[in-house]
Amino acid sequence: MIFKRQSILPGFWRAFSYTALYLSLIVLIPLSAVFLKSSTSGWTHFLQSIRSPNVVAAYRLSFGASLAAGLISVVVGFLIAWVLVRYHFPGKALADALVDLPFALPTAVAGIALTSLYTENGWLGHYLVPLGIRVAFTPLGVIVALTFIGLPFVVRSVQPVLEDADLELEEAASSLGATRWQIFSRVIFPMVRPALLTGFALAFARALGEYGSVIFIAGNLPMKTEIVPLLIVTKLEQYDYSGATAIAVVMLVTSFLLLLFINILQRRSRRFTEPA
Amino acid sequence: MSKPHAKDPVIVRWTLTVLALAALGLFIVLPLAAVFVQAFGKGWQAYRDTILQPETVSAIELSLLALAISVPMNTLFGLAAAWAITKFQFIGKNVLTTLIDIPFGVSPVISGLVFVLVFGAQGWFGPWLTEHDLPVIFAVPGIILATTFVTFPFVARELIALMESQGTDEEEAAMVLGANSWQMFFRVTLPNIKWGLLYGVVLCTARALGEFGAVSVVSGHIRGQTNTLPLHVEILYNEYNYAGAFAVASLLSVLAVITLALKKFLEWKSSEERG
Repeated sequence: MIFKRQSILPGFWRAFSYTALYLSLIVLIPLSAVFLKSSTSGWTHFLQSIRSPNVVAAYRLSFGASLAAGLISVVVGFLIAWVLVRYHFPGKALADALVDLPFALPTAVAGIALTSLYTENGWLGHYLVPLGIRVAFTPLGVIVALTFIGLPFVVRSVQPVLEDADLELEEAASSLGATRWQIFSRVIFPMVRPALLTGFALAFARALGEYGSVIFIAGNLPMKTEIVPLLIVTKLEQYDYSGATAIAVVMLVTSFLLLLFINILQRRSRRFTEPA
Repeated sequence: MSKPHAKDPVIVRWTLTVLALAALGLFIVLPLAAVFVQAFGKGWQAYRDTILQPETVSAIELSLLALAISVPMNTLFGLAAAWAITKFQFIGKNVLTTLIDIPFGVSPVISGLVFVLVFGAQGWFGPWLTEHDLPVIFAVPGIILATTFVTFPFVARELIALMESQGTDEEEAAMVLGANSWQMFFRVTLPNIKWGLLYGVVLCTARALGEFGAVSVVSGHIRGQTNTLPLHVEILYNEYNYAGAFAVASLLSVLAVITLALKKFLEWKSSEERG
């Protein structure tokens, strides 16, 4: 078996060995430390760490809020992508550029900005709190922050699919007597479904690990608004390295499974969008 | 690219557009506006004082230092990885591409944790490093390592996608015509990928400046020594110095807006490269 196919281009071994070395030093070896550390601490200690009530509460909050934020991102992101692709309006290029702001804005900045909007004296909290809707320092705040983070993933997944869409399909459906709702549910939605799912998975995966934008608005009340990454930080501050590692292992395994899922999804949707 | 969809009735078009813009305003524009309004909440003088404080200045310096080391390292890596992966056929190519993306899937907090486990007091090299008085964790090297980890895939990922679409014909022609390796690289490859490369570097830079979680775990928050700009925002905020926190945050927000503008420009340029 040959490892590499013949080529007249130079530099393969140099580039390949540098890539492998740098990848190992910066990413693979440090990451393996997490798994090695958790295996040396023993199985019972591992289970004990991830089963303690505040850890379970944090997993529940992180998964629940990420799920909710992912779903909101799917609905709102689809709407934004649709409008950006299908309609013309003044300031469209600016709106399109702004979609990426959550990618570019440091998470700590997003965190304090969102918090200031939703506290009692904030621009929005000022109206919401008298109505009994408390966002800052509640699970709802966590969802708001995670939606901010997740939104661009959905928009950027759906946008190219809508741009490549063949309008003739919709015209054909319409000329065959389909109603607007039928066209949406039978033609458009099936077409964007893989992209929506990819966007959701990306947003969800990112939300699970998100730290900076959440901790300010969450308020970090024990058992109520503590997210999983915060618990890792808390354990580290108490020098409970094996406790922090145990929680991290569960998160890492979850995100690797999600990454795998996203990879499969993307390969699939590429099969559909690329011309044969 | 976009195709106006004249079929939708005006009322539908209007309602959807207004709803979409309202959502953008609520989730994205409002937080950005809040940063700037509150940054100047106590006036221009207070703003200037915060920015010129020695702690802020040293935070800026440390952020720039981490950036100046991690971005070039990841750029060099990105070029090497993209060259090996896109110009050659070898076994395990897909695995390698997937492994490069790992840091994107890891929580920032865990990205910091891994270096604590390797270099921290209880870590693999902790005792040796303490013995030789070479602190990594709660010190500048840790911050640089954590920044490098979280920004690791940006350049590589951008270049792999771009160079994959370009193929190998031009480089092969250069070699056949007698160019040496460096001539081929600087005269053929680099001009072909320059905008895409710059795009990756811009994204990498923005993330390096803004990284919070990973750096927070390894920094120890020592003022004037291991504080980057985002960490400084947190410290000021937790001290109830909101105007100060937002003043520093506004610097980072300006950089974010510049990043967005550059990103749009480079997307346009690199779509020409893709041909």
